Amino acid sequence: MNPFSSSTRLRDMIRSIRACKTAAEERGVVRKECADIRASINENDPHDRHRNLAKLMFIHMLGYPTHFGQMECLKLIASPGFPEKRIGYLGLMLLLDERQEVLMLVTNSLKQDLNHTNQYVVGLALCALGNICSAEMARDLAPEVERLIQFRDPNIRKKAALCSTRIVRKVPDLAENFINAASSLLKEKHHGVLITGVQLCYELCTINDEALEFFRKKCTEGLIKTLRDITNSAYQPEYDVAGITDPFLHIRLLKVLRVLGHGDANASDLMTDILAQVATKTESNKNAGNAILYECAETIMAIEDTSSLRVLAINILGRFLSNRDNNIRYVALNMLMKAIAFDDQAVQRHRVTILECVKDPDASIRKRALELVSLLVNENNVKQLTKELIDYLEISDEDFKEDLSAKICSIVEKFSPEKIWYIDQMLKVLSEAGKFVKDDVWHALIVVISNASELHGYTVRALYKAVLTYSEQETLVRVAIWCIGEYGDLLVNNVGMLGIEDPITVTECDAVDVVEDAITRHNSDMTTKAMALVALLKLSSRFPSISERIKDVILKQKGSLLLEMQQRAIEFNSIVERHKNIRSSLVERMPVLDEATFNVRRAGSLPASVSTMAKPSVSIPNGVSAPLVDLLDLGSDDILAAPSSSSGADFLQDLLSVDLGSSSAQSGATPAPKAGTDLLLDILSIGTPSPAQNSTSAIDLLSTADMNNNSSTALDALSSSAPPHIATTASAGGMFDLLDGLSPSPSKEATNGPAYPPIVAYESSSLKIEFTFSKPSGNPQTTNVEATFINLSPDTFTDFVFQAAVPKFLQLHLDPASSNTLPASGGKVTQNLRVTNSQHGKKSLVMRMRIGYKVNGKDVLEEGQINNFPRGL
Amino acid sequence: MAIRFIIMVNKQGQTRLAQHYEWLTLEQRRALEGEIVRKCLARNDQQCSFVEHRNYKIVYRRYASLFFMVGVDDDENELAILEFIHLLVETMDKHFGNVCELDIMFHLEKAHLMLEEMVMNGCIVETSKANILSPIQLMDKAH
Repeated sequence: MNPFSSSTRLRDMIRSIRACKTAAEERGVVRKECADIRASINENDPHDRHRNLAKLMFIHMLGYPTHFGQMECLKLIASPGFPEKRIGYLGLMLLLDERQEVLMLVTNSLKQDLNHTNQYVVGLALCALGNICSAEMARDLAPEVERLIQFRDPNIRKKAALCSTRIVRKVPDLAENFINAASSLLKEKHHGVLITGVQLCYELCTINDEALEFFRKKCTEGLIKTLRDITNSAYQPEYDVAGITDPFLHIRLLKVLRVLGHGDANASDLMTDILAQVATKTESNKNAGNAILYECAETIMAIEDTSSLRVLAINILGRFLSNRDNNIRYVALNMLMKAIAFDDQAVQRHRVTILECVKDPDASIRKRALELVSLLVNENNVKQLTKELIDYLEISDEDFKEDLSAKICSIVEKFSPEKIWYIDQMLKVLSEAGKFVKDDVWHALIVVISNASELHGYTVRALYKAVLTYSEQETLVRVAIWCIGEYGDLLVNNVGMLGIEDPITVTECDAVDVVEDAITRHNSDMTTKAMALVALLKLSSRFPSISERIKDVILKQKGSLLLEMQQRAIEFNSIVERHKNIRSSLVERMPVLDEATFNVRRAGSLPASVSTMAKPSVSIPNGVSAPLVDLLDLGSDDILAAPSSSSGADFLQDLLSVDLGSSSAQSGATPAPKAGTDLLLDILSIGTPSPAQNSTSAIDLLSTADMNNNSSTALDALSSSAPPHIATTASAGGMFDLLDGLSPSPSKEATNGPAYPPIVAYESSSLKIEFTFSKPSGNPQTTNVEATFINLSPDTFTDFVFQAAVPKFLQLHLDPASSNTLPASGGKVTQNLRVTNSQHGKKSLVMRMRIGYKVNGKDVLEEGQINNFPRGL
Repeated sequence: MAIRFIIMVNKQGQTRLAQHYEWLTLEQRRALEGEIVRKCLARNDQQCSFVEHRNYKIVYRRYASLFFMVGVDDDENELAILEFIHLLVETMDKHFGNVCELDIMFHLEKAHLMLEEMVMNGCIVETSKANILSPIQLMDKAH
């Protein structure tokens, strides 16, 4: 029975599979065959085993599971006949892998076969071992393989050599045993043995330093001689490829020389001759020759420096680059990336060609060229390069635009010589490829813009023009809206014109048009709409004349499908309508975002998305941009995590500890410190009129803004303390009550402690505030303060509100005031506060406060910082 | 090691020969072959023969209706692998005489045997066609 004559049943099966028209049919046929095979296996029929296995291999290749055939492999291997063994081993290699336990069963068979008299069987066993042996098998069978490296037949020797590479890789400890054997292999004449011997050598050198030293000392010259022989050898028809004798051996030798020469000057010296010879003499009109040249150039670049050799290598590269064959160019670009490390100048010379490659129709070449270009950029050529890249951006394919725009942005950021150029380039990139630009890139742009105060006018005008043409680029629209919101007045009044600009007239209506367009367009996403809403608020303050129109636009968003938009629309509407007095201070110009710290945040341990939180948190002072912070936060989920990260929180703390201002309901959102929410807790939960409205609106505010871990625990307290109030929606009225007045409640009298003298916390021409202190027993960190407000003016104060904020290491608890009307000339109101100092003894108390009241129908606001607390509180 | 897999695929994307030198589960294998085949078949003749996929490279060449794809590590010499593919095709040609896709399909074991003589554990073992084919011819003669 000839197992290798194409068994008709195998052939039939293949035919029937080929005849299947659909995948389902094929599956059916395969299933039937598998069933047959399984039945046959169960019968344990030795004759058909090999045929079954052949079929199984075919089926396996198609991608169906064939594990039921594994035991068949073992039985076949164990059978005495060579053909069965052959197919058994083949099946073994295809169907099994080193992780299967079944493999252990084979170890014994393998051992016997390695000692077999028939050298072909030995060859089979070595092959199988070499392909899939596991670490245990390697350990068991290593001595056999060692012995076989010195076998008389070169075929066995070569297979044994390769087998040892696998053994050595699996069990590096055994490397020492093979060093001597390997070095004897290097003296062989047979190419097969030589190639594998060299391979073994290479492997040993990479794994084992001792081996590396050994080979370096003893074998370098031998290897060089071998290479020389090969290069100079006469025509050998056996190994000839396109006129070169055995290019594979060339390449292997060059590889091993590379490892030997790397880091060692002596060895490198010895090699210079032969490398020069190979580099110059090899013909490069055929692929084989080019392959050798490539390897040679790589080796030259890896070994210790001899400048003449390096020049040779760069020349080879130059030739490759201008070759029309795409493969060669690709390979050249690859090499150039390594060459940049040591010879930047030479590579710069090829800059033009490389730029051409960026525009190549071949995707692989484009990618390589782009990477290379980003390595080539330095201060001198950045403008030129960027211009070219941006020109190409306009005509490139969609899938390439993303990579290209990311690269351009990083180049521009790193090397921009001046801010105005940076802004220009970024504008162009955003206009062309805005939707591919990542968040941290445009955030960085905003940081830069806010820092370049002299360029504000120019920037906002340029953005305005850009947005008119490229309004479908989302990121461009976002940046434009932010700028228009911030610097709208500069836009309309043509402030800060630079010499290069043409004057344009933009009316307030035009500016608002742009923002309105962004907010109403159906494909704007939430971040854009949110930013637009905030911008509208800012514009309502900066352009008071069309405040009505802006109000209408804001009002329309009341019906938006996004809850946050609805809510903010209502709030902003109320600000515009009723709180004109604080509106302008609310939407003042943002302070300059600190670039240095922003960059540190960005580059530091925080992931990029988290760091974007740091940027909005920077702009906190006066609680001005609290709404902005919220809205930006909503844009991406990752930002939620930010405040819990240490550096973001530290930054927050720095800001918050200095400058907190009103912890009113508006800024009761994210950046509110615990003090603020405690304050709210007090205001809301203690006998207020219409508590339902107040608490729900505040709770909604807080619950949607529950980003900050600081506020989250307070939130829990808040929500647990007012459970029946949580569910309903915010009512517009609720907020006003919070802002406009406090509820009257009985106040507690504080007892004065003799140890701490009372202080005058604040004094102005119309108002004086005194604090008296007492310590409750048992807790040295807590202090009770009774604040007395004295009206020094001849008018009565109504709607008196006292608000206070403290740094993070303090906790503040405000009780309601005795009343919110101060009669004239000496009228008093008292209010109790409780302060807990977590840094008691190390830091003393400090507090910022704000007082609002009405006198003669006018609203008055007074602010101050109280630093004169007695020490030791 | 250097060579991770060798795959032969026809123009419709059906695998005709697959030899992996590092172990992948069945699903991984199918997914991998599918992705690579799609990438290579989509390229035209003008583009270069190297494709970057995940953390390794694919070197491919088309002979009539068959695509030969070899997946290699990043640090391997791609031009050398191109030569190797050519050597493989020439060897099979010498044995089968004007090899075509059907030859490989119906004599899958022999194709595997040949490949095994040439590449072991991801490294090139033998580059002489005579040496590669001698054991196979011996076995054919014996039967």
